[in-house]
Amino acid sequence: MKLLLKNSTAINPTQNLNEKEFDIFIEDGIIKETGKNLQINSGDVKTIDLSGKTISPGFIDIHVHLREPGREDEETVETGCNAAANGGFTAVACMPNTEPAIDSAEVVEFIKKQASGHLVDVYPVAAASLGRKGEVLSPMAELKDAGAVAFSDDGVAIKSSSLLKRALEYSLMFDLPIIEHCEDESLAGGAMNESINSTLLGLPAIPNVAEDLIVMRDILLAEYTGGRVHIAHISSANAVNMVREAKKKGIKVTAEVTPHHFTLTDDAVKTYDTNTKMNPPLRTRKDVEAIIEGLKDGTIDAIASDHAPHSIEEKEMEFEYAPNGIVGLETSIGLAFTELLHKKLLSIEELILKYAINPRKILNLNAPLIQKGNIANLTILDTDVVWTVDKTKFLSKSRNTPFHKRLLTGKAIGVINNRKMFFDGRFTSI
Amino acid sequence: MSLSSRHLLGLQGVSKEDIQLILDTATTFREVLERPIKRVPTLQGKTVVNLFYESSTRTRISFELAEKRLSADAINFAVSTSSVNKGESLKDTVRNIEAMKVDMVVIRHAAAGTPLMLTKLCDANIINAGDGIHEHPTQALLDMYSIREKLGRLDGLKVCIVGDIAHSRVALSNIFGLKTMGAKVSVCGPSTMIPKYIEELGVDVIYNIDEAIQENDVLNVLRIQLERKAREYFPSIREYAKYFGITSERLEKNKKDILILHPGPINRGVELSSDVADGPYQIILQQVTNGVAVRMAVLYLLGTLN
Repeated sequence: MKLLLKNSTAINPTQNLNEKEFDIFIEDGIIKETGKNLQINSGDVKTIDLSGKTISPGFIDIHVHLREPGREDEETVETGCNAAANGGFTAVACMPNTEPAIDSAEVVEFIKKQASGHLVDVYPVAAASLGRKGEVLSPMAELKDAGAVAFSDDGVAIKSSSLLKRALEYSLMFDLPIIEHCEDESLAGGAMNESINSTLLGLPAIPNVAEDLIVMRDILLAEYTGGRVHIAHISSANAVNMVREAKKKGIKVTAEVTPHHFTLTDDAVKTYDTNTKMNPPLRTRKDVEAIIEGLKDGTIDAIASDHAPHSIEEKEMEFEYAPNGIVGLETSIGLAFTELLHKKLLSIEELILKYAINPRKILNLNAPLIQKGNIANLTILDTDVVWTVDKTKFLSKSRNTPFHKRLLTGKAIGVINNRKMFFDGRFTSI
Repeated sequence: MSLSSRHLLGLQGVSKEDIQLILDTATTFREVLERPIKRVPTLQGKTVVNLFYESSTRTRISFELAEKRLSADAINFAVSTSSVNKGESLKDTVRNIEAMKVDMVVIRHAAAGTPLMLTKLCDANIINAGDGIHEHPTQALLDMYSIREKLGRLDGLKVCIVGDIAHSRVALSNIFGLKTMGAKVSVCGPSTMIPKYIEELGVDVIYNIDEAIQENDVLNVLRIQLERKAREYFPSIREYAKYFGITSERLEKNKKDILILHPGPINRGVELSSDVADGPYQIILQQVTNGVAVRMAVLYLLGTLN
């Protein structure tokens, strides 16, 4: 099958590529030719005019909960991948807090098998400890051989400093990062951020120092061991500052932020909408400003959604009893473009770095190139389209979003990978 | 006159006019409670469900009595005797209750925000009888009523709320209500029991109980909830009693004239010594009587709104 993508603006900062009126010719999933005014002398070429649209190396979301195995009522590998494609991603990294946890090669292989043949590449993040219990190291070497790209006890921080130290030392052999959900266990358990709002709402609170303590611990242990720590869903101003300082010292630490943590503050909790309940919780305006500063100066490397599907009945509970988390794959890019690109906080090149390039670097994955001879792994963006989030149209199995009916500017309109294309709401083989 | 909201979820954002109306209406019902026949036909034909997800004796009885005095049909739905233990969600429970055509729901729940959630699940008037550590508006209204009854006003009074402010729904409702009515509000308690950002609500924080006694016209002394997590927030009951307990020696040392409120039940020897709890400064039992009148006022004003 032959496909000609015409007249887009192709951007890949790692190739110094930023060309308007750019054509890409793809045959059997491989980029065969690029350039301006490509003339393909072949009969059966499907041509798509992408004037005014942008093409980037395929986006990856490195913090996704696919819920399979264990909670297939909330999401499966397949529905999660469909949601990823619909949201503009050609790859996801899925977190290990499944049931059973991703702590054996068998579970990694199972997830790879469930994902095989899909447009979206799935990279399992394996548990750092058996059962994510924080007691015994997981079989990291086996997990890596099976396809794991990082280790994490996500949902919680690695329980003890001694186990984290060992995990960092052991993972040095593979140069894979430890992804940390930074939260001090003894300060955890609240339903929202500690602020004047938690007092006004009468909700048990999580202070941001709960995050800061573990970020500090992790940075110090990364420095001490030489291992690599990736701070998941950073949310507090202090944590951003600590990561910035650590990077200056050459410590191997990276960080990601979710769209909800740069879009919303804990004011959103005032309605007791359980779709504003997540962990880390929504913080204050001051934290949001620090996050945006961190995104601008490169302290925060990547944007990842922490896509956390939950069933309707679980979220329709009393706020304190409802589980944490929201779905994010299908609103991530729209929020980032609305809140960062159109508010002139980040450029399109910077956003591509944070969505396609840096997150792959964190996981030691090669970023796709928009270049002859490479696999066509692309995200097609319409940066200016104004649209309304409609959760009933999500391809995810779950609907738990605080962004329903929100007006956004910019989205992905298609993705291409693995000889497949998702465009106009349909998957086709190419 | 009528209230500007069809629910009473809390006192945050409730206007001075509405609070005034409730307190004035309560005065009328307070008189009814002194009559030989303490029942008026005001809410005849109305059905009120007391939906109590958390054990409560006095608040439930107070509401039930208020409902019966107004001739409403009162139904008690308590956790231990309900289908809640069978794992039914709040949503299903409320929809079932609504299907039985009730007019008002009085809810007590351990989780904050549940009364607001109920307003979205059913059409009945919702009255918050205490949600988690959020609000307990009728308690604050009866406290204000009792202060006003005794001292003739609220405006300009200095009121200090003493105890575990951080885990108290009574404290927050009192702060909102009293400030709206023009009182100057402070809080006093161990620093671990004072919410970090409480000053943003325009209240002063005092850590010294003697100072609190000296500087205030009224002390609203909260119950230290020994059965809850409160005990983790101070070293020992002995230490709490020693540094924050109100004793007659302390009152005499600092000041003669002060009004002491307590929402009950009292931990004698902890937040109040026995002689203070039975002494001349307190109005604890008047609060209980006034509670029925205030709840009658709230039920009446909401029940006759439509």
